[in-house]
Amino acid sequence: MTLRSALRQLSWYVRELSGESAYENYLAHRRRTHPAEPVLSRHEFDDLRTRPTVRC
Amino acid sequence: MSTTTASDPSPASPSGTGRDIRKIAIWSAVSIAGAIAWGVLALARGEEINAVWLLVAALCSYAIGYRFYARFIARRVLGVDDRRATPAERLENGIDFHATDRRVLLGHHFAAIAGAGPLVGPVLAAQMGYLPGTMWIIIGVIFAGAVQDMVVLFFSMRRDGKSLGQMAREEIGPVGGVAALIAVFTIMIILLGVLALVVVNALARSPWGTFSIAMTIPIALFMGFYLRKLRPGRVVETTVIGVGLLLLAIVAGGWVQDSSWASAFTLDPRTLVICLAVYGFVASVLPVWMLLAPRDYLSTFMKIGTIGLLAVGVVVTMPALQNEAITKFASTGDGPVFAGALFPFVFITIACGALSGFHALIASGTTPKMIEKESQIRLIGYGGMLMESFVAVMAIIAASLLDPGLYYAMNAPAGVVGDSVQSAAQAVSNLGFTITPADLSAAAAAVDEETLVARTGGAPTLAVGISEIFSGVLGGNALRAFWYHFAIMFEALFILTTVDAGTRVGRFMLQDTLGNVWKPLGRVSWPPSVWATSAVVVGAWGYFLYTGVTNPLGGINQLFPLFGIANQLLAAVALTVATVILVKSGRLKWAWVTAVPLAWDAAVTLTASWQKVFSDDPRLGFFAQRERFAEALDRGEVLGPAQNLDQMREVVTNSTVDGVLAALFAVLIIVVIGDGVRTCVRAIRARTPLPTTETPFEESRLVAPAGLIPTAAERRELAAAESGGPR
Repeated sequence: MTLRSALRQLSWYVRELSGESAYENYLAHRRRTHPAEPVLSRHEFDDLRTRPTVRC
Repeated sequence: MSTTTASDPSPASPSGTGRDIRKIAIWSAVSIAGAIAWGVLALARGEEINAVWLLVAALCSYAIGYRFYARFIARRVLGVDDRRATPAERLENGIDFHATDRRVLLGHHFAAIAGAGPLVGPVLAAQMGYLPGTMWIIIGVIFAGAVQDMVVLFFSMRRDGKSLGQMAREEIGPVGGVAALIAVFTIMIILLGVLALVVVNALARSPWGTFSIAMTIPIALFMGFYLRKLRPGRVVETTVIGVGLLLLAIVAGGWVQDSSWASAFTLDPRTLVICLAVYGFVASVLPVWMLLAPRDYLSTFMKIGTIGLLAVGVVVTMPALQNEAITKFASTGDGPVFAGALFPFVFITIACGALSGFHALIASGTTPKMIEKESQIRLIGYGGMLMESFVAVMAIIAASLLDPGLYYAMNAPAGVVGDSVQSAAQAVSNLGFTITPADLSAAAAAVDEETLVARTGGAPTLAVGISEIFSGVLGGNALRAFWYHFAIMFEALFILTTVDAGTRVGRFMLQDTLGNVWKPLGRVSWPPSVWATSAVVVGAWGYFLYTGVTNPLGGINQLFPLFGIANQLLAAVALTVATVILVKSGRLKWAWVTAVPLAWDAAVTLTASWQKVFSDDPRLGFFAQRERFAEALDRGEVLGPAQNLDQMREVVTNSTVDGVLAALFAVLIIVVIGDGVRTCVRAIRARTPLPTTETPFEESRLVAPAGLIPTAAERRELAAAESGGPR
């Protein structure tokens, strides 16, 4: 694995884990499945997605 | 039996005899290394043991448990079937149902289950010595905790991500369902009260800690606005800025401590209780993006970072444990940190890290809706819990590095050790350990704290242990105080996140229930209902927090066993649901996989609640304690450690409430298990299988590896499929 592809993998992982790419993934999913329908705005999406979890 | 042998991804196929031999060699080596480490731990008496042996024993045992037992459960008992589409594939909506790469989901799931629990419990259980706690953490996770997480994850996944409460109602029956609901709510309240108490004890009279933690509020608010308004979606960037500010806040805490501001941040425990309650209320009614979401980013980052550093630190510094393997308190049951003998109280005190009912809520919440392939439950459910267990092992190592004299001076309640270094040194020697007043002062000075005496709750002890390890790697004595406050920040940060999140979850539950009585109360966006229910939840945990702070007998000493019992009660609910589903789906012969841990858990929890309710030793039994203080109160006497009649009355009230709760937990466990047994008997007697709520089979079109590293066969499959999924 080259350094560049390793970095790309790492940045992919960090963006996925942190949820940074969640909205883009959602848009891609909507384009694929319901291209003609309206999508949620980023804020609407964030508000739907972030739910409090209780850790222990 | 719905077992359809999943396509075997491992190359036990014709080509691989050379491979097989190599595999056998590797697993033999792992077993031998693990056996040696366990042997060293078991045989060493009276000499110092290196912490690395604990790590080796843990990692080798985990590897074997994961490779053999988890695989057996996934394939034979549960019958994972990769031809079957998961809810993430069938119901994908890009929001909560979303097929997520297994490595990402492992990270999500771990971040969602791991909080302060595995750090606090083991520190307190170090009172029994390092061995009982370590054994329970490792053996418990392999046979109970990780099994529970994986099995619940599987059953929820087969039911489109239903919650534990829903599964209890539908699979066991309405009685079990209601009991489960009450259990979840009560546990949440106790959990929040105890965790908040840990924070109060860590911050009391420490301007450095209080300032740093207070600063997390403006930092989180700033991050919230930055992410929402200035740079939408830039989570990583925002987190990096936030962590930078957080480190600055820790450093600045040191400056504040030495400045004229110090007195403004030197708060006594009662003031901190009010601050926390106000914070909990305000935070939980604000929109999630403002405070909770950015806090979540920070605490997740800090958690993964600190735990990684800790593992590296232990390996690099290879510290020796000062704690005894098994202390006398294991058999006498009169230890100062918490009362009661090894059985059942080690298994109550260490819940998270060995077996934690709370995880069943996550494993039946967000995670099952995101799994790509059924076989991945082993990595995510079982593997995620092994990681949490590893955190607990590290916590018990950190606590066992401390000189026992210092450990007891810090963890015994103020009523036992008094409030000066002299009285603490005297009390410690009464316990049979030694530490001089000068050493106690020096230990406090080394971490820039006014005192370390009676800093109960586990966080300060862990922080001293962590500062010992980290300063051995980086910075030496010069950075010891920084690392101590770094560790305090790390724990307080995610406890406060939990206080906020837990208040919200409790409010949702309350609104959901009250909505059945009067509709508007159930509306989650109607401010009066939101405020009222939030206030009720905060008031409930605030009550336990307040009694914990003011109780002359020591809040942690009194409340932590209740928290442990509550958590294990939830585990009993989860394991009962799992056992009932196994029996109902015709897998009676495999039901022992969850029934044995359930039996153990019930034995532990019921014994503990029995002793807490009926023991006539006032240190152990809540009602015996109540009686002793009530009788003295009637005579107008003041009994130590209470100092006046008001405190006597507080003890009487607290003991009554705690005793009633312990009894309630026991009754709930009996009800849930009883109802589960009834359903099992009915299922066994029935000629035709009882209906279950499993969703029907649907063919999967996704291709994804099962484990962390794809096997050769999986790579070929992936290449052939050229799947469009994110890779």
